[in-house]
Amino acid sequence: MSRTDPRPRGWTARLDLERGAVDMSHGSGGRAMAQLIAELFLHALDNPVLAQGNDQALVQPPPGRLVISTDGHVVSPLFFPGGDIGSLAVHGTINDVAMAGARPLYLAASFILEEGLPLRDLARIVQGMAEAARIAAVPIVTGDTKVVERGKGDGCFITTTGVGVVPDGIAISGEQAIPSDAILINGVIGDHGVAIMSQREGLGFETSIASDSAPLHGLVADMVAAVPDIHCLRDPTRGGLATTLNELANQSGVGMVLDEAAIPIRPEVKAACELLGLDPLYVANEGKLVAICPGDQAQALLEVMRTHPLGRDAAIIGRVVDDPHRFVQMDTAFGGSRIVDWLAGEQLPRIC
Amino acid sequence: MKYLDEFRDGQLARALAKAIAAEIEPGRHYRLMEFCGGHTHAIFRYGLQDLMPPNLRFVHGPGCPVCVLPMARIDQAMAMAQEHGVTLCTYGDLMRVPASGRKSLLKAKAEGADIRMVYSTQDALAVARKDPARQVIFFAIGFETTTPPTAVAVKTARAEGLTNLSFYCNHVLTPPALRTILASSGVGGVQIDGILGPSHVSTVIGSNAYGFVGPEFGKPVVIAGFEPLDVMQSTLMLVRQINAGQHRIENQYIRAVTPEGNRKAQALMAEVFAPREHFEWRGLGQLPASALRIADSYSDLDAERRFPVVPREGREVKGCECPSVLRGLLEPVDCKLFGTVCTPENPMGACMVSSEGACAAYWTYGRFRRDHARRDEVDA
Repeated sequence: MSRTDPRPRGWTARLDLERGAVDMSHGSGGRAMAQLIAELFLHALDNPVLAQGNDQALVQPPPGRLVISTDGHVVSPLFFPGGDIGSLAVHGTINDVAMAGARPLYLAASFILEEGLPLRDLARIVQGMAEAARIAAVPIVTGDTKVVERGKGDGCFITTTGVGVVPDGIAISGEQAIPSDAILINGVIGDHGVAIMSQREGLGFETSIASDSAPLHGLVADMVAAVPDIHCLRDPTRGGLATTLNELANQSGVGMVLDEAAIPIRPEVKAACELLGLDPLYVANEGKLVAICPGDQAQALLEVMRTHPLGRDAAIIGRVVDDPHRFVQMDTAFGGSRIVDWLAGEQLPRIC
Repeated sequence: MKYLDEFRDGQLARALAKAIAAEIEPGRHYRLMEFCGGHTHAIFRYGLQDLMPPNLRFVHGPGCPVCVLPMARIDQAMAMAQEHGVTLCTYGDLMRVPASGRKSLLKAKAEGADIRMVYSTQDALAVARKDPARQVIFFAIGFETTTPPTAVAVKTARAEGLTNLSFYCNHVLTPPALRTILASSGVGGVQIDGILGPSHVSTVIGSNAYGFVGPEFGKPVVIAGFEPLDVMQSTLMLVRQINAGQHRIENQYIRAVTPEGNRKAQALMAEVFAPREHFEWRGLGQLPASALRIADSYSDLDAERRFPVVPREGREVKGCECPSVLRGLLEPVDCKLFGTVCTPENPMGACMVSSEGACAAYWTYGRFRRDHARRDEVDA
């Protein structure tokens, strides 16, 4: 047994990644679990810290303030156009860390697997994670696996935790928006939600839309380098752009006015939402960020964003205003104005 | 989006607003009831009231299917699912609608009832096919728009011999509700000067279905599409009729509605359903011949016969003004519960749930406006 290959010998056959399935023994702490970890997780996520084989990762942090974030992923279906639960779990947490203006360093991943999940699917998920972590250059350095009985999980849940450091001089936080600030977004809204819904049982419509799931820390690094005075950053995931803006308005004690015509959205997404009776402002994104910065620096920030591949369609979509009600309002393309409220419950399709 | 953006053009809207303002006679009231929740939604989402002269008011009608469904019918569905242990398939709009005792289908689901949200009748058929050993009920609801698809599903179930699927029929009819509201106009009811008629409903039943309105009540009807420019153009048409003292049926929504409607769909409805003698509408009370039940020839597919439960009597939340809102007598902001204990997160009445409900529309798009203050000035 070499240092880089901590597998205890003792299993007679390799995991059957073609026809095998997760069973209760894969979470029992015994040999079956060791084999699953060695042949599937360590193999795919391969990095020196993980290979140490400890229950924790030992790393030397660089100077700066530490940022920690954790996020559970329960997406259904597990595989969707543009990604899977594995890549999503990597991107989601990297982005949460990056929204502090931080450079993400490491990830930890915890899996809850449902008995009966095909090993083929699990392998594909772990591959998705490995690929996403490799491209983002943020390694998964420690993890955990549990198995629950059939019917007690939805195939696979993944919780990822990320750590990163914030460079000196950067102070980005949700309560810092002030009147006259500008509101920017790095591209089209609603792609992720529509891609997921197109795959849902019972809906299943055909679309060319893929999830926008992507790691945003590279874009954030460019943005904070060019405009260190960014006040707020947040990724509009669950609940969409509308929810994120309401959170920020509430946290900062301000109002916001959006310009509907300026909000980038693909015609296909708009059409799918129209058909399903959904408002794209409330549809989830996984590769988008909202930035709020002083109005006089908005143009400079916009230009930097547009030079990054993940910010090509960036736009200034509104402004922060003084409003004791903390309403987010929108000047509609129609020429009126309306409230963009918090989402109540789940967005449901209309019936008539 | 082609065929949609054209109907949401801001410049055209301003031109139409000017035309309406030019035709309005000062000193005269124009109280236009938009029958459908779809119209209410468009009026709020696009801020149409702001584009109108002060003496023109939209009065919100009862055309929101979940809003007019009495609580007892939801109580009964819940009882079917819980007492008989069946799977209940329903449209999403219904899930959060309050039932008696602060219950809802969503809460019943959380407590263990097998209640599933479906997007169409086809989904309910699929659920039944997938698990032949399990009894499945489809909670059928809606005006004439959603009735033909239910009829098709009933016929499909019969043709396929799906013995584990049945239908809980709550389909209601538009003309009787309109008649009730007009009959009370000015005599204890809200004064109405013209009607923005249903659009999608009318694609099925045709504009001739409102032929009684002019002769019986002397009010004009304009069948209006659901896009904001449709509503504005229809408003202009109504204003012109009112000024001229006319009461004709006009059809603005000619791209979809014909005088006769969809004959094939009507034949399907006539085959699969039969009129109920009476049906209770939330806000309007018991209305004769205002709803449908499964016809005798399909009675084996009628969930109410297959899974009998003790009839329920719905218990509305005290103080909830939904009934008056549905009749156009009160505006949502006039209800004491509005925005205090009744919000979309914690609805007391169905009007706060559906996106087509007047209360939800007020809350979502208009609660920062002072419409009612302005109205008071005009009325004064």
